[in-house]
Amino acid sequence: MSSETGKILTTDGIPLEVSLKKAERKNKIKAFLLVAPLLLFLLITYIFPIGDMLMRSVDDKMVTEMLPKTFKSMEKWDGKELPPEEVFESFYFDFQKLVEEKRDGKLSTQLNYTKNGFKSILKKLRRKAKNFEEGNYKEQIMAVHKRWADVEYWRAIQRRAPAYTSQKYLKGIDMYKNEEGKIVSVEEDRRVHRILWLRTLEIAFFVTLLCFLMAYPIAHLLATLPMKYSNLLMICVLLPFWTSLLVRTASWMILLQQQGVVNDFFVMIGLVADDNRPEMMFNKTGTYVAMTQILLPFMVLPLYSVMKTISPSLMRAGKSLGGTPFVAFWKVYFPLTIPGIGAGCLLVFILAIGYYITPALVGGASGTLISNQIAFHMKSTLDWSFASAMGLMLLAGVLAIYWVYNKLVGVDNIKLG
Amino acid sequence: MALPKYTETRYRIWHYFYITICSCVFFFLIAPLFVIFPLSFNAEEFLSFSEGMKNLDPDAFSLRWYKDMIYGTKNPWGLAAKNSFIIAIFATLGSVILGTVAALGLSSRHMPYKGLIMATLISPMIVPLIISGVAIFFFMAKAGLAATHTGIVLAHIILGTPFVVITVTATLSGFDHSVTRAASSLGSDPVNTFMKITLPLILPGVISGGLFAFVTSFDEVVVVLFLAGLENTTIPIQMWTGLREQLSPTILAVATCLIILSTLILVTAELLRRRSERLRGINR
Repeated sequence: MSSETGKILTTDGIPLEVSLKKAERKNKIKAFLLVAPLLLFLLITYIFPIGDMLMRSVDDKMVTEMLPKTFKSMEKWDGKELPPEEVFESFYFDFQKLVEEKRDGKLSTQLNYTKNGFKSILKKLRRKAKNFEEGNYKEQIMAVHKRWADVEYWRAIQRRAPAYTSQKYLKGIDMYKNEEGKIVSVEEDRRVHRILWLRTLEIAFFVTLLCFLMAYPIAHLLATLPMKYSNLLMICVLLPFWTSLLVRTASWMILLQQQGVVNDFFVMIGLVADDNRPEMMFNKTGTYVAMTQILLPFMVLPLYSVMKTISPSLMRAGKSLGGTPFVAFWKVYFPLTIPGIGAGCLLVFILAIGYYITPALVGGASGTLISNQIAFHMKSTLDWSFASAMGLMLLAGVLAIYWVYNKLVGVDNIKLG
Repeated sequence: MALPKYTETRYRIWHYFYITICSCVFFFLIAPLFVIFPLSFNAEEFLSFSEGMKNLDPDAFSLRWYKDMIYGTKNPWGLAAKNSFIIAIFATLGSVILGTVAALGLSSRHMPYKGLIMATLISPMIVPLIISGVAIFFFMAKAGLAATHTGIVLAHIILGTPFVVITVTATLSGFDHSVTRAASSLGSDPVNTFMKITLPLILPGVISGGLFAFVTSFDEVVVVLFLAGLENTTIPIQMWTGLREQLSPTILAVATCLIILSTLILVTAELLRRRSERLRGINR
């Protein structure tokens, strides 16, 4: 069956190599077509909208589009002294057009974000501009209010020229670009976002640690007990896992309230006085307790599935070779559970860092996290670009953690239990 | 876990200490769920145990809040339950179909860019919900699907498919592909092979993925909070509003029903898991 060139042919006379490649390609296309519907669906409804968030978070076209002539004529202005007549003239015409379209209010809000004091002088300009004569707009505008003769205000307008801005990201870490274009922090008493980021990290870290400390012993017990007992105890882990998050949060609200069961118990054993019941809800304590209980199953399940695969004879071998039970545990058992620890900690930490519902209900003001701030801007202030920017910063953090984890342990080790 | 007779005292103490710790953790996990049961039968309007309840006085217990849940005036729970079930059922169907088909493709050894595509498909599970919520809201608002059932169903399909993809891929990893080849060689077309051979074998995985998707949708509140209008209220939204505004015992009655539902789901999932292990020949 060998041809002149020495290639193996199939019965149709096509070289085997070509035929195999063709079959391979066909299989590849077949496999891809199966995945395609879901992939396409997710790309359209999920992945692209995340890209849309990125666009929104840096988008600053509004002012750029409202004052096109002004920014064009400003290109030649060096920003040191008052701009030339040409700039005043084009600003006047841009502004008149906005007044006609009734969009001057939006401009004044936007410019007021950049520098306080624009609102009143724009209002005044709108009133006076009706009686402006043709020519020499610089004099006429400057006569409206003395701030129009202040170069600072013109510089503030110029700063809004670019169509894209990093302002929302800077705001997310309590920084801003000052008049000279330098990036500086806001005053110390207004650094709300940094506190939130740090608190989110702190709570996520300690919740992960608490979950680990609690999950390790019970996962070990579940993995070493005979099947009939461990199955029964497993229900204690799985029932909360399958129960609605809101139900579990509700039960913590009942337990932790001032007249709640936990406080009743403390009073009963004489730990606290009846008239001096501690606040355990609407603060950090509430967030810690509720989040730890809610996320605990996510730590137990990966640990359990790893521990289940460790043969008990290894510990016996360690002990028979002269190690005390503690040494045998530390040198033999513990290193084998590291993939489970990694998976559990990653899962809990990532879930905790983006937690929203529980902190919003039991956290009060001092126990809320960055997600609550994002939701607040989405629903209350409607500053969607800021919410997008904060969301993407959080996402970048999560992906970074995920990447580090993948380098250290490998994502394939994650099991759903 | 009986200790052998020769155990030294200090290890004996350590062992009992360990058992105590474990018991405390189990108690911490499960006890909060049980506080809801008795309180949902409270005859009074408080969310703490009344003196009568502590003394087990039968008059202190009543079905008042269950009646309120079902017959109460301006009752939101009926509509919420109806919406929740409709949305969860359609979202589960969508997730299961899209997810299973995709898992079949992903498990093929011919699949190109497997890692990248897998990462994309399970990304809704990794990305914090609040970010998913914002992104999905932007899409639905643009597509004109905000405050519609369709929009919420689509959103829940996004969140539910990763679970189906993961469970079905896991089931397929122990799948003997020679049976499908045997079917083809006996003249069966691919669709027939899938329906008659592959599907029955991977069914436990498909159903348990579907259960995950169902629970995800039924319990989901973050994304729905962005998407839902008054007409699309669901049980979680209603609970969220109730917990934020006035904590009435009616919520506890609803919560009790939800715990019973989750127990049923847990039992089903557990039975399926065992059946799947048996079918795949994993005997432990």
